[in-house]
Amino acid sequence: MDQAVHQPASPAARRRVWAFNGGLHLPDHKRESTGRPVRPAAVPQRLWLPLQQHIGEPAQPVVSVGDRVLKGQLLARPEGAISAGIHAPTSGTVVAIGPHPVPHASGLSAPCIELASDGRDAWAELPEPWPDFEARDPAELRERVRWAGIVGLGGAAFPSSVKLSPKAGQPIHTLILNGAECEPYITCDDMLMRERADRVVEGARVLRHVVGAGTVLIGIEDNKPEAIAAMQRAVAAAGDARIEVVVIPTKYPSGGERQLIRVLTGAEVPSHGIPAQIGIVCQNVATAAAVADAVVHGRPLISRIVTLTGEGIAQPCNLEVLIGTPARELIAQAGGYTARVAKLILGGPMMGFALPHDDVPITKAANCLLAPSRAESPPHPAPLPCIRCGRCAEACPVGLLPQQMYWWARAKDLDKTQDYNLFDCIECGCCAHVCPSHIPLVQYYRYAKTEAWAKEQEKRKADQARQRHEQRVARLERLETERKAKLRKKKEELETPPADAGAEDPKKAAIKAALERAAAKKAALAAEGLAPRNTEELTPAQQAQVDAAEARRAATAPAGAQSEE
Amino acid sequence: MLVAIAIFTLLAAVFGLLLGYSARRFHVEGDPIAEQIDHLLPQSQCGQCGYAGCRPYAEAIAAGEVEINKCAPGGETVMLALADLLGRDPVPLDAAIAGEKPKLVAVIDEARCIGCTLCLQACPVDAILGAAKHMHTVIASECTGCELCLPPCPVECIAMLPVPQTQRTWKWPYPDAARPAIAARPEAA
Repeated sequence: MDQAVHQPASPAARRRVWAFNGGLHLPDHKRESTGRPVRPAAVPQRLWLPLQQHIGEPAQPVVSVGDRVLKGQLLARPEGAISAGIHAPTSGTVVAIGPHPVPHASGLSAPCIELASDGRDAWAELPEPWPDFEARDPAELRERVRWAGIVGLGGAAFPSSVKLSPKAGQPIHTLILNGAECEPYITCDDMLMRERADRVVEGARVLRHVVGAGTVLIGIEDNKPEAIAAMQRAVAAAGDARIEVVVIPTKYPSGGERQLIRVLTGAEVPSHGIPAQIGIVCQNVATAAAVADAVVHGRPLISRIVTLTGEGIAQPCNLEVLIGTPARELIAQAGGYTARVAKLILGGPMMGFALPHDDVPITKAANCLLAPSRAESPPHPAPLPCIRCGRCAEACPVGLLPQQMYWWARAKDLDKTQDYNLFDCIECGCCAHVCPSHIPLVQYYRYAKTEAWAKEQEKRKADQARQRHEQRVARLERLETERKAKLRKKKEELETPPADAGAEDPKKAAIKAALERAAAKKAALAAEGLAPRNTEELTPAQQAQVDAAEARRAATAPAGAQSEE
Repeated sequence: MLVAIAIFTLLAAVFGLLLGYSARRFHVEGDPIAEQIDHLLPQSQCGQCGYAGCRPYAEAIAAGEVEINKCAPGGETVMLALADLLGRDPVPLDAAIAGEKPKLVAVIDEARCIGCTLCLQACPVDAILGAAKHMHTVIASECTGCELCLPPCPVECIAMLPVPQTQRTWKWPYPDAARPAIAARPEAA
């Protein structure tokens, strides 16, 4: 067995690794949860699937309440470029689509699809497995990864298909698989690599083909000898010389993307940049396994391994959990809480956040449920004034000046915090951990970051409102000038003296023309000797009537009318 | 002596001409200070400052006619930003607008709306959609919460509701020295 560890194809001992500044050597507390093999958690009665489990736009539901769905069927489709779809983790009925508590630092509820399982766990029709992925176009494989709803399973939950889409002019030379798992207590990646190393390596081969990388480096911290051995065996079995397992020294946070790239290649990702700019793509080992599932086996991402650990949990273990399973049910399956439980944290002790209660579903990004005792996670002592000792700066793995950022964040001067590259902070918590004054530094950075984002958002909205207001004012002005121009024109028409009134007034012209026609006709008839006949040869009675009418007219008609005759 | 006078007269004439030329050549239309002030204002166009929108208020501030503490939606943040920009001393917010309000959005009760279009004419950012004798509705993403549509409505069918907080708009609170950073206890414990 030890033969495989020292395969010539993986000269782990010979490959150079670099170091990053700062970081901490923490008690790793990994042994508690690695004693038992990974076992599948029971299928829960009810599952809650948050529409937003990833960075980007929330997914859009494609099912409605009352629909029967099968395991692996699409429930919500990705919306926009940066988004990920959600699939049914088991078969059942959609009971509701509405707000439910979700694991988020805010403790707010968010829209979820609630699924009642029917207990049959029946699969939907799945796309064709592609064991021949190397013969396929990378774009096709990327589309499959997007279909499967795969996001970064290390905790960031960034949609993987986006990370796998290279930009023009940025060729990728190295793919890094992150198996460092540097945070104490968490062991889900460790167990995955021990038990499913072949799937991780399969995923590595798929990802390598998708991004077109020459080499694949799998970085694993040296406190996981079983995982290293298993991965080296799997790499040797795959017979791919371009894949290499690299053992790196255990130091928190070597599993940070930038830190791992630094350790494995010595390269530095530029500030505000992404690894692709220096030709590197970094993916978590669990993400690679999920990619293998999607491409080689045609299965979407519907489950993940979750570590349940801490002195507050009776039987610390790793469970393979359907996405959407309530945390409470998992804890019950791990033997429930012990009497010493002090709180419940999602994630690790350094970067995780406390859950207000355990009635929240497991999401794609949830890697660990940590229930520490009071001894493991003592209450935070009251902060004392900063004594400017500079230990935070020594501990910072990014090379920032935590003390300066703290100073400006405390003063709510957001511009100044950004001058000190606040947004390069990975919130690893090293600075707060070493602070002798117990200042909650990361809390200040998180406050300043969200405040800066909100301000930017407000600014965008204000610009939009200004533009709309300006356009409205311009429109109203235009309408007003148009109205005035119309009025002026009408007024001018009325005021113009009727110089050639006949020509101008069509009614008068028509009357005049009719009169002229009548006169012409009369004249023409008179010339022919014809005259109206009804004025001649009148009977005496008729003549008398005519005379009477004439007399009446003469009596009543005004003077003007008479003179006209 | 005379030479000195001549030199300085000449210099004065040259620089005078130069200044006169540049004043014409590099003339700036509008008031750049008013522009900068306008960019700090929240653009809700609500008129609570007594001016018909943010731009007129910005111009009035630039002209020195009015204090910088009249902007209600901007609150203290905008007042401080203005004080910073203009080099003036911060002043307490005007008593009439003191007390910051949560962000609001107008919502029309569509069943009660009679389609009179009066609110459409009042909205400074064209965020209300509708036509005569047809139901109106507010485009929530464009509404600045200025409340200018409330007075003209003859049937009082417009309500101002607080914008609900979501995961995306939630902000980490300012660390409170008295309270530990993580202090929750699971209920089931």
